[in-house]
Amino acid sequence: MKEEILTTQDLHLYYGDKEALKGINLNFDEKGITALIGPSGCGKSTYLRTLNRMNDLIPNVTITGTIKFKGNDLYAPNADTVQIRKEIGMVFQQPNPFPFSIYDNVIYGLRIAGEKDKEKLDAVVEKSLRQAAVWDEVKDHLHESALALSGGQQQRVCIARVLAVSPEIILLDEPTSALDPVSSSQIEATLLNLRHDYTIIIVTHNLQQASRIADRTAFFMNGELIEVDQTKNIFMNPANKQTEDYISGRFG
Amino acid sequence: MNSKTQNKVAIGGLYGIAGFVVLILLALLGFILVSGVPQLSWHFLTAPGKAFLKGGGVGVQLFNSFYLLILAMLISFPIALGAAIYLYEYAKDNWLTTTIRTAIEILSSLPSVVVGLFGFLFFVVKLHLGFSILSGAFALTFFNLPLLARSIEDSLRTVSDVQREGGLALGLSRWETVSRVILPAAVPSILTGVILSAGRVFGEAAALIYTAGQSAPALNFADWNPFNISSPLNPMRPAETLAVHIWKINSEGIMPDAKAISSGSSAVLVIAILLFNFAARYLGKRLYKRLTSA
Repeated sequence: MKEEILTTQDLHLYYGDKEALKGINLNFDEKGITALIGPSGCGKSTYLRTLNRMNDLIPNVTITGTIKFKGNDLYAPNADTVQIRKEIGMVFQQPNPFPFSIYDNVIYGLRIAGEKDKEKLDAVVEKSLRQAAVWDEVKDHLHESALALSGGQQQRVCIARVLAVSPEIILLDEPTSALDPVSSSQIEATLLNLRHDYTIIIVTHNLQQASRIADRTAFFMNGELIEVDQTKNIFMNPANKQTEDYISGRFG
Repeated sequence: MNSKTQNKVAIGGLYGIAGFVVLILLALLGFILVSGVPQLSWHFLTAPGKAFLKGGGVGVQLFNSFYLLILAMLISFPIALGAAIYLYEYAKDNWLTTTIRTAIEILSSLPSVVVGLFGFLFFVVKLHLGFSILSGAFALTFFNLPLLARSIEDSLRTVSDVQREGGLALGLSRWETVSRVILPAAVPSILTGVILSAGRVFGEAAALIYTAGQSAPALNFADWNPFNISSPLNPMRPAETLAVHIWKINSEGIMPDAKAISSGSSAVLVIAILLFNFAARYLGKRLYKRLTSA
């Protein structure tokens, strides 16, 4: 029996008066990939962003319920958002490397945390870029601007940047929807490599992608969690009629 | 008229308007440079002025202009930077920040002669600073602060929000994100804004007439002790700048070569401001390249 690393109980989220999440109960085991799927506006991205408190940045958001990371309440009054986001990293839809060199992008978190040992930084850069499966492509121009890379390479550098601060959980918000198919499949391969070492939660619009990489899949609709199960069951034998309709392309 | 001809007419009209603007600009520049550049010489740029005789230079005024500019920038830049960061990165939209923004906008549209008169009443008279570089620098700060704060705020706005999210999601605090990600990314654009506003400050006359004064006592360029009255660095001495000098010569100059000096000074002023503009573009581009490609 694996340990549950992240648990959400009766999570409600309101944008002003509008209820965007209507009582989500969803837990995540350590390691492996969970995909969150569902039609646009179903709340899956909103839900993902509650998991490392990125919704804090949006005004007029009210959140009730409990999210616990290793037993600690993420929304406790004394919770440290900076520490939370170090342990729960995030990769966004639009690749967002900083306008610095590839090297600086990857070590930025560590450098700001005060790490100065050049050898250690070098090692982290190589390890993170290897884990993100982009090392071979960029190793000869680490000191050139990350903005000069292709979208897919940028996204993998962003993944490496998150890995460099050694998080336990990696949240990905439609990380391939702005990329071409080749880059997307490289990102998928990267994630499959990482699933043994990290807990990965990915929001995706691409059902094939979910079926290819996810161990578990959760289906969201209208701010509610409809069904969560092993990916195979969700796609082959969903328990819920709405899930079946969505999977078979009847809406969404 | 079909849409193709309409298009042609519109483009032709826009070309005409743009050409007209460029023509005016070139004519003005040409006039100033053609009448002014022949007056320029090393002697003109370095010698002190003469009140009644011909052959005076603008050395003191030129130095004053730069010294005032630097002082004004040293005072206004940190304040403007802080204000811009607060307003754009931290402040929530409420009545307080709306008030601050409105205040900045009103301040930035104040006629500079009003700023000058305020500076006269407050710094020169009330605070007993007299006609001095310091009074002038404070007045210029009032003149420059709102423009600079807005320009820096615009620079921060050019940095995409995904960069802010990226920084925060990496476990950087708000301040680390601002100071280590957003500011470096905005530096080229901030620098451009600073240099362009420096050009405006450099050419400012009305705000200085009543604060830094209209006299340029000869300076002893061998004496760099800021407490001596003839030292160039003394911030308590009256200091006529180049722009004020031009205004003064044209209104009450009694030296025989007043016209030539005024033309020469104008040319120096215009060339300096042109140089500021080119430097702004060049440095901004270079810095951006350097920061973004290590």
